[in-house]
Amino acid sequence: MSYIRKPAVRHPSLQPNKLGLTVRDYEGAMSTLCAGCGHDSITAAIIRTFYEMDIPPHRVAKLSGIGCSSKTPTYFISGAHGFNSAHGRMAAIASGANAANRDLCYIGVSGDGDSLSIGLGHLCHAIRRNLHMLYIIENNGVYGLTKGQFSASTDIGSKSKKGEVNTMPPIDPVLVAISQGASFVARGFSGDKEQLVPLLKTGLHHKGFALVDVISPCVTFNDHEGSTKSYVHTRKHALPLLESDFVPMAEEITISYPEGEARTVRLHDGSTVRFRKVAKDYDPTDRKAVLAYLEEQQLSGEIPTGLLFIDEEAVEMHEEAKTVDGPLTDVPFSDLCPGSAALEKLMSAYR
Amino acid sequence: MRLYVTVGAVSRAQRGRGQFETRTSYEKTVPPTNVNNPSYFHKVVDCQWACPAHTNVPEYIRLIAQGCFTEAYMLNRKSNVFPGILGRTCDRPCEPACRRGRVEEKPVAICRLKRVAADHRDDDIKPLLPRVPEKKNGKRIACIGAGPASLTVANDLMPLGYEVTIFEKLAVPGGLMRSNIPSFRLPQRVLDDEIGMILDMGVDIRYNSPISSMKALLDEGGFDAVFVGSGAPKGKDLEIPGRHDSDKIYIGIDWLTSVAFGHITEIEERVLIIGVGNTAMDCCRTSARLGGKDIKVMARRPRAYFKASPWELEDAEEENVQIVINHAPKSFVIEDGKLKGMMFDRLEWNGDATKSTLIDTVFIPADAVILAIGQEGAFPWIERDIGIEFDKWGMAKVDKKTFMCTRPGVFFGGDAAWGPENIIWAVEHGHQAAISIDAYCQGASLTERPPEGMNLLSTKMGIHEWAYSNDYNVARRQKMVHVDLAERFKQMNIEVETGFTPEQTAREVERCLNCDVQTVFSTKKCIECDACIDICPVLCLTITKDGEESDLRTRLSAPAKNLKQAIYTSEALPQTGRVMVKDEDLCVHCGLCAERCPTAAWDMQKFDLLKPYAGTPACEVKP
Repeated sequence: MSYIRKPAVRHPSLQPNKLGLTVRDYEGAMSTLCAGCGHDSITAAIIRTFYEMDIPPHRVAKLSGIGCSSKTPTYFISGAHGFNSAHGRMAAIASGANAANRDLCYIGVSGDGDSLSIGLGHLCHAIRRNLHMLYIIENNGVYGLTKGQFSASTDIGSKSKKGEVNTMPPIDPVLVAISQGASFVARGFSGDKEQLVPLLKTGLHHKGFALVDVISPCVTFNDHEGSTKSYVHTRKHALPLLESDFVPMAEEITISYPEGEARTVRLHDGSTVRFRKVAKDYDPTDRKAVLAYLEEQQLSGEIPTGLLFIDEEAVEMHEEAKTVDGPLTDVPFSDLCPGSAALEKLMSAYR
Repeated sequence: MRLYVTVGAVSRAQRGRGQFETRTSYEKTVPPTNVNNPSYFHKVVDCQWACPAHTNVPEYIRLIAQGCFTEAYMLNRKSNVFPGILGRTCDRPCEPACRRGRVEEKPVAICRLKRVAADHRDDDIKPLLPRVPEKKNGKRIACIGAGPASLTVANDLMPLGYEVTIFEKLAVPGGLMRSNIPSFRLPQRVLDDEIGMILDMGVDIRYNSPISSMKALLDEGGFDAVFVGSGAPKGKDLEIPGRHDSDKIYIGIDWLTSVAFGHITEIEERVLIIGVGNTAMDCCRTSARLGGKDIKVMARRPRAYFKASPWELEDAEEENVQIVINHAPKSFVIEDGKLKGMMFDRLEWNGDATKSTLIDTVFIPADAVILAIGQEGAFPWIERDIGIEFDKWGMAKVDKKTFMCTRPGVFFGGDAAWGPENIIWAVEHGHQAAISIDAYCQGASLTERPPEGMNLLSTKMGIHEWAYSNDYNVARRQKMVHVDLAERFKQMNIEVETGFTPEQTAREVERCLNCDVQTVFSTKKCIECDACIDICPVLCLTITKDGEESDLRTRLSAPAKNLKQAIYTSEALPQTGRVMVKDEDLCVHCGLCAERCPTAAWDMQKFDLLKPYAGTPACEVKP
């Protein structure tokens, strides 16, 4: 953390986006996290994503629970709506907010404790409903805020700062999400924004629940030798399966690409994601194959990254529930509350 | 929609493990920036680099901020010798260079702050001045002319035990500082005080002693070395019709001298100044105080090509002096022996003012004309057969490094060396000539100059505390308050600039970006967490694949387009073999990169240039 604020002085080459805002306008308060925390890097990636996607800050709702990760929404987009919920309840609050106003752009930031321990149930149900939101897990494999205990995502064999070895199997958010039927699952690394920013962009454009698990080393409690979530370990074992780039312009995909070269895949809103295959035989649309491949990699200790699974045909919550088109605040009061006569009529239908 | 992505043919073995492969022996193709050379960090301190005397500007500004005016003064004096004089009259090469001017609109008012230090220092600083040994070293040095260059030579050599004799043609010391800078800009007491400090070291100053024969001085003077600091005392003339038909046509620097010594006390109402350099500004403003009512400064070229400093132009215009552009003098109009005015060719210039076309010829009435079109050296007193070679322009051939001419033991400096410059250059010439004279007298090599050194000291005081004011202050440049127009014209010697108030000083010092507090990077400590890159407010930092500088400059967080500013490239980083690159251009030295660094790979270290002076090899210079 710092005493001084980030100076307001700007580089003259900063370009405004379509809204006339520069990337600095998407910043938030100064971070109070430890110097070098991966979470701050993810924050920077989020800032860049929203700036580059020309999203108006007041159309964004940022939600979080409890933990180091859950402090981070304060550090980006000061002009957005925000809700810092009870521990593990971010997914539940996001479901409620989204149900009431489907027009906002929802981004939830959570950690391995908030999402995989206390909040795992809520996470599974948000996935099941295919809630339209970007859900980021800042995964550092440690309870940093309470001084470094093993978390639910600590790998078997990973050592704590004091040298104890973890023996319990981890919950892998990626495997959980895919097996729960998630429609968009990706994994990034806080130390690689070139990969992370396109993943976040694609996730925001995906209509439905987009889970991005981001390995985010805890410099204070989990960046030592023997940790499997350190900067060194992650760099050594990260295995990019696909190199993807988000293309916002809607373009008809008519060209067929030869094997091994760039391919583009169209998202529901006409924007595209361009892939370049890295790993052999990897098809991010084949759930069965993806699950098998990821389980195999989990055993090998490699950390597959990139857009791991995507299903653009999944139906999101509002479509499933056939709700009204816009936010509830736009529905006239007479429609929201048709009066006692209408209630009486409805009640009589059940008698 | 069915998504289908074909399988890539690139195997994992071929690709390795992606871009994050850890390498133990990464071979860097391009050598990293050599920060062990003092010049690298010195260049980052733009003001100090631009100052001919390399005054440690950020350090003296910090001392002023702490109220240590005497210390700030002494730090200034060490390099520029005349802080009080320069704080009012310097050409300020530091200010256009100031990084603040690139970050926002205007540079730090460095020159004004220098004056603050001079105005508020202790009256008695004698104990702090260099001590002059009673026992002399037996070497005698003659300096010709008592201007800033000669005085600096005396200042540097007296403490080493030399006996310095200055020959001055006038009855007072100071050279052009006294005769040409009007007293409303530079009060006499400031001159007397700072020149007195040097003369009081025991300099043998001989007033009213013009040297009429260099040969005689060299043969009969008994000096071990001679320094020529006689300036460029000859004002250029304008040989056009009518030039010699009136006594109301003056040469600018001669006229200013006459005013300075009280020989001229008035001027006619309508005055034309020919030329638009700083002398012209002094002439027009002096005219305004001696009775001039309608004063025009006539320039041949458009405003962008004026030689005068912008602030001097502003001050002149504030005093209702008219600046007329694109008028080339053609002839003087004289009727019945009386000056009526001048004819000018009106010109139209092309885009870069290299070619002009004549529009028409106009008459502009005037009662007096002052020519301020430049000045040059004049050495009629140096015989041409004594081993001192001259070039075709009548200037002695002087070695740029040693300041010695073709006759061993004779040195030149200030305007006498290579033509008109300014006071701060004269001071630096004096320092360098003193090094040479000392080496010459001690039988050492003149061409092997004592090297520059540097000290780097961490300013880290705590997790987020630094030994300097690291927060960026949004204050704008403070405007100097001037004495009212009516009031200032009452007397010639009323100083126009009142100096910064304490409040202005307090605001202005905080505008300094502390560019001497350097961002120093230790490659081995870096874990490539990106924290520094994310926090930098001006996009200075990038971690990227190595490359040649021209290529690197294009793929940084913000393209490094200012080629005058260095980029700082690290060695190969331990985890990925990429490099850390810093573009020095707009760094505000806020220290956030170092605060956010978990491993202290970045540190904010105060850079101290150890500049050599006569008699003190660099390694012994105390910071």
